[in-house]
Amino acid sequence: MTYAPSERQQERIAFRRRQAIRSVLLAAGSTVVVGVLLTVAVTGSPGWPRVKRSFFDLDTATKYLPDVLEGFWLNVRLFVVCAPLALVLGLLIAILRTSRGPVAFPVRVLAGGYTYTFRGLPLIITIYLFAFGIPGLRLQGTPDVVVLGAAAIVVTYGAYLAEVFRAGIESVHPSQVAAARSLGLTRRQAMRHVVLPQAVRRVTPALLNDVVALQKDVGLISLAGSIDAIRAAQIGAAQSANFTPYVVAAVLFILLALPLIAITDRVTLNAVRAQNAGA
Amino acid sequence: MLLSCTDVRKVFGDHVVLDDLSLDVAEHEVVALIGASGSGKSTLLRCVNLLAEIDDGTIRLDGEEITDPRINADLVRRKIGLVFQSYNLFPHMTVLDNITLAPTRVHRRAADETRAQAMTWLERLGLADKARTYPDRLSGGQQQRVAIVRALVNSPRLLLLDEVTSALDPELVGEVLTMIRDLKSEGMTMVLATHEMGFAKQVADRVAFLHAGKVLEQGPPEQVLGDPTEPRTRQFLSRIIEAGRL
Repeated sequence: MTYAPSERQQERIAFRRRQAIRSVLLAAGSTVVVGVLLTVAVTGSPGWPRVKRSFFDLDTATKYLPDVLEGFWLNVRLFVVCAPLALVLGLLIAILRTSRGPVAFPVRVLAGGYTYTFRGLPLIITIYLFAFGIPGLRLQGTPDVVVLGAAAIVVTYGAYLAEVFRAGIESVHPSQVAAARSLGLTRRQAMRHVVLPQAVRRVTPALLNDVVALQKDVGLISLAGSIDAIRAAQIGAAQSANFTPYVVAAVLFILLALPLIAITDRVTLNAVRAQNAGA
Repeated sequence: MLLSCTDVRKVFGDHVVLDDLSLDVAEHEVVALIGASGSGKSTLLRCVNLLAEIDDGTIRLDGEEITDPRINADLVRRKIGLVFQSYNLFPHMTVLDNITLAPTRVHRRAADETRAQAMTWLERLGLADKARTYPDRLSGGQQQRVAIVRALVNSPRLLLLDEVTSALDPELVGEVLTMIRDLKSEGMTMVLATHEMGFAKQVADRVAFLHAGKVLEQGPPEQVLGDPTEPRTRQFLSRIIEAGRL
């Protein structure tokens, strides 16, 4: 005997379908209303023609796009180098902070001092200190300001990421360590094979969030004098007496961030689902 | 004696959990630890496995004092298996990886050899089709049997079982108990903390009743569970019988 929905069930299905159509129509309608209201509010404002001219000028945009784009390439390269380095540094510091034993005491203190200092220090000041302070020492082989600025970003974000990793390590239940140790694994093996894989999985959304923030903050390298997208836009704005180059840079940063933000949202959602699935 | 605990003392703050407790276990012997919650059963097992540090006394394994602080605890733990009440499988690893982690990483045995050994065990338990799945897809009884295999593949001299059936649904207790009974017939030396009096009676060579951190009474299961001499033991057993667990 094959299953056929009862009359009552068919009635329910039909009702739910009508409800679904109704909500789609309502959503579309309200979106149109909000959109129209926003457009009217912005373009109808008394200052709009001037704002349009100084922020959204198409000629200025096309004129300075190549310069800003060239600067932006520096931001992209900085991000690609800084993000992995900051993650590695953060993980290393987190492991050092959770290490045990008297020999590791100075290491723990140093690692702790590091995270406290660089989480408290504004990134702008760190960049100034690195980019202008270190060359001032007149040491042999001092690297370029771009490298020093990048180091400032890595060191600052390393401190934030270390705390995220540490939270993950400490969230793994002690019974997991007990199980690993009872099998004869050393402290280090238990950390590597049992604690870290679980810790990293748990904090991936938070890590990605910090990486998204890092992606924008590579723009602060312009403070060290390097010509990145923001500095190029600044130069363009000064030359043309128009703010449009900044908007061009803004659009580029948003476009770069979109894929990573989308991935972060998806990973976060999956993590929440996975956690609730067991319950 | 394979395991010899002498005057073992363990305190948590002001609370004395093990109070000069002494207990010997011979090779191939199965000893069941019974007693109320908080009587020190689990603590004793954790101390034997050096997961907890004792505050006085000595514990010897194969004649060697394992509570000597100069000894390498990792090497001692390799000879002792411990199975937990809440299984404690590693959730990020497949069943097979859970089992082969210690043999490959700790005992440095070849990966394909340990995998074959693990599969033999899983087939024996009818869990071969679960080898590639993650622990959260398994029932409690299946998880606990995997946890026992995980301890066994290290070929321990001694197996400690800490209330291994208390987190299981009643209908799943049987499959774990059958496995332990099989291990006994193969000559495995075991110390098991348990609330399953019926099982203790069947499988144990000796039952030790713990009360307030001491072994108050010990002997053959028929005697300790059937005709205890100590009033405290009688009191404990009558409560168990009231609860319908004996």
